[in-house]
Amino acid sequence: MSLAPLHLYLLLAAVLFAIGLVGVLMKRNALIVMMCVELMLNAANLTFLAFAREQASLDGQAIAFFVIAVAAAEAAVGLAIVLAVFRTRGAVNVDEVRALRE
Amino acid sequence: MSPTAEMVTFFILGVPLVLFAAGVVVAKNPVYAAMSLVAAFFCLAGIYVLLVAHLIAFMQILVYAGAVMVLFLFVIMLISLGDEHLVEERYRAMQLVGVLGAVGLTAVLAWAILDVAGVARHPIEPDFGTVKAVGAVLFRKYLLPFEATSLLLLAAIVGAVVVAKERI
Repeated sequence: MSLAPLHLYLLLAAVLFAIGLVGVLMKRNALIVMMCVELMLNAANLTFLAFAREQASLDGQAIAFFVIAVAAAEAAVGLAIVLAVFRTRGAVNVDEVRALRE
Repeated sequence: MSPTAEMVTFFILGVPLVLFAAGVVVAKNPVYAAMSLVAAFFCLAGIYVLLVAHLIAFMQILVYAGAVMVLFLFVIMLISLGDEHLVEERYRAMQLVGVLGAVGLTAVLAWAILDVAGVARHPIEPDFGTVKAVGAVLFRKYLLPFEATSLLLLAAIVGAVVVAKERI
């Protein structure tokens, strides 16, 4: 069995997704956890674009466009929450933020 | 582009991409992690060009490497953690389980991917992936989602200001 280009792109996306997942599960710094979420979103984007190229269809690229827009919104709101939590708790460690009110 | 040239370019961009992505996870200092992520996004934009997605590659650099990462760096510097505040990483048993789970997930994904039979690529049109072609798809077929996205971004901006501001 030979590796088609599609396989390589999909494998790269899988590796990127796994690296992001390891970061989300392992890191305790909320900012780095958010960066790893961005990595996972980009892995999904890479899969969309690889299939769009394979099928010669622009639908995948349109979806990738929406993913980028949603990721930007997610980053803005997520970082605002990190900032608000830091102001009230003085912590960016996700382990220390475990109660809604104390 | 010939298949060989595509593969060579793929590895030239893909190997640094994986290394920089790993750098995000390995770095202790959030600034180093952010810089590593910017580099990873640039490599990824190159791979998008390889996939004939020029508009998306451009947006990747503009939105991700530009706007989102500047936002990240702003927050890192607003919080301005000194060395004494750097989050101590404790590697506990649950985290080991998490890593093992992620490795297992990769193995399952790779197994599923390699199970897909490679088919001949559809030939692409000359304007594939250009602003004109993708824009035509966005404004015809995906007009409603496009407008919904603008609403989502507006809600996100207002939400971010409301959450981050101390007093309104």
